[in-house]
Amino acid sequence: MADLIRLRDDEAVDHPAVTVDSFLEQPDANAVRIEPGDDARALLPHLAQIALVEINFPVFGDGRGYSAARILREAGYVGELRAVGDVLIDQLAPMRRCGFDAFEPDRPLDPVAVDAVLARFPAAYQPAADGAAPIWALRHG
Amino acid sequence: MYIYDEFDQAMVDARVAEFRDQVDRRLAGKLSEDQFKPLRLMNGLYLQLHAYMLRVAVPYGTLNSAQMRLLGDIADKYDRGYGHFTTRQNIQYNWIRLEDAPDILADLARVGMHAIQTSGNCIRNTTSDHFAGAAADEVVDPRPYAELIRQWSSFHPEFSYLPRKFKMAVIASQRDRAAMRLHDIGIRLVRNSAGELGGEFYVGGGMGRTPMIAPLIRDFVPIDQFITYAEACLRVYNRHGRRDNKYKARIKILVHELGAEEYARQVEEEFAHLLTLGIEPPARELERIAAQFAPPPFASGLPDTIDRSDPAFALWAARNLQPHKAPGYTALTISLKPTGGIPGDASADQIRLMADLAERYSFDELRVTHAQNIVLPHVRKADLPALWRELVDAGLGSPNLDLAGDIIACPGLDYCSLANARSIPVAQQIGERLAGKEQDIGELKLKISGCINACGHHHAGHIGILGVDKKGVENYQLLLGGSEAEDVSLGKITGPGFDEAGVVDAVEKVTDLYLARREDGERFLDTYRRIGVEPFKEVLYG
Repeated sequence: MADLIRLRDDEAVDHPAVTVDSFLEQPDANAVRIEPGDDARALLPHLAQIALVEINFPVFGDGRGYSAARILREAGYVGELRAVGDVLIDQLAPMRRCGFDAFEPDRPLDPVAVDAVLARFPAAYQPAADGAAPIWALRHG
Repeated sequence: MYIYDEFDQAMVDARVAEFRDQVDRRLAGKLSEDQFKPLRLMNGLYLQLHAYMLRVAVPYGTLNSAQMRLLGDIADKYDRGYGHFTTRQNIQYNWIRLEDAPDILADLARVGMHAIQTSGNCIRNTTSDHFAGAAADEVVDPRPYAELIRQWSSFHPEFSYLPRKFKMAVIASQRDRAAMRLHDIGIRLVRNSAGELGGEFYVGGGMGRTPMIAPLIRDFVPIDQFITYAEACLRVYNRHGRRDNKYKARIKILVHELGAEEYARQVEEEFAHLLTLGIEPPARELERIAAQFAPPPFASGLPDTIDRSDPAFALWAARNLQPHKAPGYTALTISLKPTGGIPGDASADQIRLMADLAERYSFDELRVTHAQNIVLPHVRKADLPALWRELVDAGLGSPNLDLAGDIIACPGLDYCSLANARSIPVAQQIGERLAGKEQDIGELKLKISGCINACGHHHAGHIGILGVDKKGVENYQLLLGGSEAEDVSLGKITGPGFDEAGVVDAVEKVTDLYLARREDGERFLDTYRRIGVEPFKEVLYG
């Protein structure tokens, strides 16, 4: 877990996440891992008991996980949302906007660079899952 | 014209800084080419055969003089003195050095321009009718809605890694001058019976190796929900579009495989959910944008006639002008298709001259057309003779809008690493061959692609040409009967392909047949549709 970047203060879940299929068969689990083809909406009835959702990016160019993340946040999920796998520094900002608050990249990232990319853009044009007011809201007060 | 406020400027400036950092890391070897590729692509930077190519966005094809002038200066300073206007109303430069790219973006940012999302698997530059704001037949100026899409789609966090690229077009006339139904999403703004504004959404069109005409997914999306509806369209695609095969990854394949009805049902479900989230920009934001597209202060009481006593001028004026909504004005198209030239190319001096002309004659405005020409949208008819003389002196006076010489062509094997065959020399030879009869032939949309990716829109040409590689030799297939306009259709291959000289002959043969068989008022396309492909095959292969 040395390369885990967490942007939340609570205690991290200390056990492995299970697959979506296996989670649905044993709904006492509280950590689940979403693969690109999984339907994030299958988890919606169980969000209250989940503390950790890992969303896997086997290759950074497969963007399904961005939709999965937003769907969970839109449904009110407040637990940890962790991007794992081929997570590169230049994907962190859009991931953050889609509601991810933890990153576990295959290859370690420079913490200084992480802070820099997350602070790069002064605002955003569209609402997403990070609660940031979009530019149109800033314009019109 | 939309002018950046401090928010827009800050976003573009941040992008320049980000890209400068990414290029620095690439040059220092901290990023592999594989890691760098999607980043440079989202900034419009391609690695081509000889150098990097930079594609600069011209949102919905609208430019002011200062922006156009800078495009000319970039051609001089960083390229070899040319710019190439593209079928997506953008401009690209073919001889760019990687280390210069951040400086170019910084120059662009100073005049409110960028290269954001001009490539990559994301939402690309939104295109529109190049006569928007001038056309006599529009319901409303479509550009404020295109600008709203530009802002919504810029750095959209959920849609930055789509299965494949995504192109949108917005028009507001029954006439389609933007190939609307050959886009991933095509929107036609309309008024319903109550007089309210909304959009027809066509989803899943495109060219490439599987050309498709977009089906109508929803016949009226209220204007105050249309960003939300677009978001729903994109989310269904991002979640369910194919990612196993690059050639089946465009949304057209998803819509085709699901069926338009099922795709529409899934979009409706997502739309209903997204409507609860308040993601639609408020009406006052649309009003803020629309105010910047208010019509320029047209003079009233102008003469509505044109002095056509000079025959050369009269020929040009008969071809290159478009009816304007304001009496006494016209929208004129500057052809970038001189006989024997490279379609869509303009020299730095020509680009700067067009900027000057726009400043003096067209309320500071220019447009790039998807047919790779430039429009001065608001010109007084009385100014036309003087303006025309300046164009002629600069080699910009070709009287061939929508004629055989007005060819759309991709860069082809002369520049592009994807191409199988050259496009430009074929365009040049066809233009030269038909130059003597193009006025007689009349409207003829001729489009040439150097490979199956169809950047030259060959499927949508009245005559289309597709370059292929046949055992190491360039070979050209001929297609007939396509159209990108409101009578949209896809061309069909006539039969075996031709070599370079043979395809030029073939084009002449089919146009000669048309001249022999046409009836009153018929265009080439009309005659083809009336008599069918057989007589054409007969002259080609008989």
